[in-house]
Amino acid sequence: MTAYFAHYLVMVGIYTILATSLNLLVGYSGIFSLAHAAIYGIGAYASALAALKLGLGFWGGLLVAAVVGALAAALVAIPSLRVAGDYYIVASFGLQVVILTVFINWTSFTNGHAGLPGIPRPSLFGLVIDNPFKYVVLSLALAAVTYAICHRLTASAFGRMLRAVREDEIAAQATGKNVVAVKITITTISSALGALAGSLYAHYITYINPTSFTLDESIFITSLVILGGTERLAGPFVGALILLAVPEALKFLAIPDTVAAPMRQILYGALLILFMFVRPEGILGRARTRPAA
Amino acid sequence: MAAPILTVQGVSKAFGGIQAVEDCTFDVAPRLITGLIGPNGAGKTTVFNLITGFLRADGGSIRYKGEELLGLHPHEVETRGVVRTFQHLRLWGKMTVLENVLLGCRTPLGDSVVSLFLRPGRVRDEEAAARRRALEVLEFFGLAGRVHEMAEDLAYPEQKLLSMARIFATDAEVLLLDEPTSGLDTDSLGRLVPMVRRLIEHGKTVLLIEHNMELIAQLSDEVVFLHQGRVMARGRAEEITRDPALTEIYFGV
Repeated sequence: MTAYFAHYLVMVGIYTILATSLNLLVGYSGIFSLAHAAIYGIGAYASALAALKLGLGFWGGLLVAAVVGALAAALVAIPSLRVAGDYYIVASFGLQVVILTVFINWTSFTNGHAGLPGIPRPSLFGLVIDNPFKYVVLSLALAAVTYAICHRLTASAFGRMLRAVREDEIAAQATGKNVVAVKITITTISSALGALAGSLYAHYITYINPTSFTLDESIFITSLVILGGTERLAGPFVGALILLAVPEALKFLAIPDTVAAPMRQILYGALLILFMFVRPEGILGRARTRPAA
Repeated sequence: MAAPILTVQGVSKAFGGIQAVEDCTFDVAPRLITGLIGPNGAGKTTVFNLITGFLRADGGSIRYKGEELLGLHPHEVETRGVVRTFQHLRLWGKMTVLENVLLGCRTPLGDSVVSLFLRPGRVRDEEAAARRRALEVLEFFGLAGRVHEMAEDLAYPEQKLLSMARIFATDAEVLLLDEPTSGLDTDSLGRLVPMVRRLIEHGKTVLLIEHNMELIAQLSDEVVFLHQGRVMARGRAEEITRDPALTEIYFGV
């Protein structure tokens, strides 16, 4: 395994966590969020600052990231999810913009555009995770834990309730489900998990700045979910495997960087459009309309 | 006669300038079928929405076993013991028949994120019990052969039965049925009418909205006649359906 491939797998792990946690909202609950990159960033900044200013270790940082990520989402979810309908997409867009602005402008804390360098590599049980090979294990292990948590949530009465809320909120209320509480709970959990990915990223790259957590990134995470298949837990993992391979594959073609970057965007866009036509349920998704028996 | 299980007292509701329900008063006797009838626009569905918390009343009181329901959220009304169907069914079409009924069953541990992770054994037992209950209910409604089909793939009469199965599976004692017979052919009606009767045998109380004057006597023990948001008459089903004055209002002759 080359370091290059190891790096790819680390990123697959990180994006699997992001997309799997977002899938709880988009796929299972029908809540569209554009703030997942902001939540990712909150996780990254929270654990970076916990390490740099408080000297907290990796696990401590992970915990701080999850708590801060959950709180930020709950703050927006509690007022906006009380209202039925698609208001959350607007509210989450607002959260994305506000958080990114905070990353850029609260310079005494985040160091603005210059970012935060020197984030320590994790040290687990006396073992320093200092190269991509070791990090692959950590990244994929955390992705597996996230998967297990999401699986427990979705393959349960709670998961059934999420889908009922997505399909018909009014029927869910009439059947005794506290729809508002369910939506706030799942948004908070999704964000806590998404923030873990930020922590993992910060300690891996050891340097973060606001450019990693823009609205484009939110849309990219959403496309992983859509491409892989909503309402299939393994969908986001497949989405991450494929979409993260696209820029790597482009590197093998002899195109200059200035062309490759926009070309990547065009490819993502084209892939999404293609999927909407050919397989709207995603690669692993269940076909929605079945032929009449 | 036994004390009423549900009491609607002086309830009013206006939408802008339109008084949909005005000083509406009636009660529902336990373990009987009460029919709520009246011409189109009489306020029947509005009364259902007021009882179940989907609309806020302007005034009055709605009590279930003496407890005030006004001001509660719909899910709270259901947990108190009053549950409803919808005229347009509102099944979870892309979920299976079994899941539709399981969602009616009470699964407080499985619904709680904390107990999912901390009490997996109890959650598993609860889910198994809910499944057994759901299958029994589906058997009762004659849908046992359809368990794993998507709700939207059922024929309309079966969807109607499923919407009743879903609320029957809840612990609620009072079932509000919004037009259970609408859109059904004679055969399906023949299946449904005795089914409603059997709900009572299982300890439920039924309040139903019905349009068909011929069916009302067959379906209900007592009748509340609603006209322009007011209760015009109450009584035994046979009396109401034979009253020429009411029939005139109903058919607008």
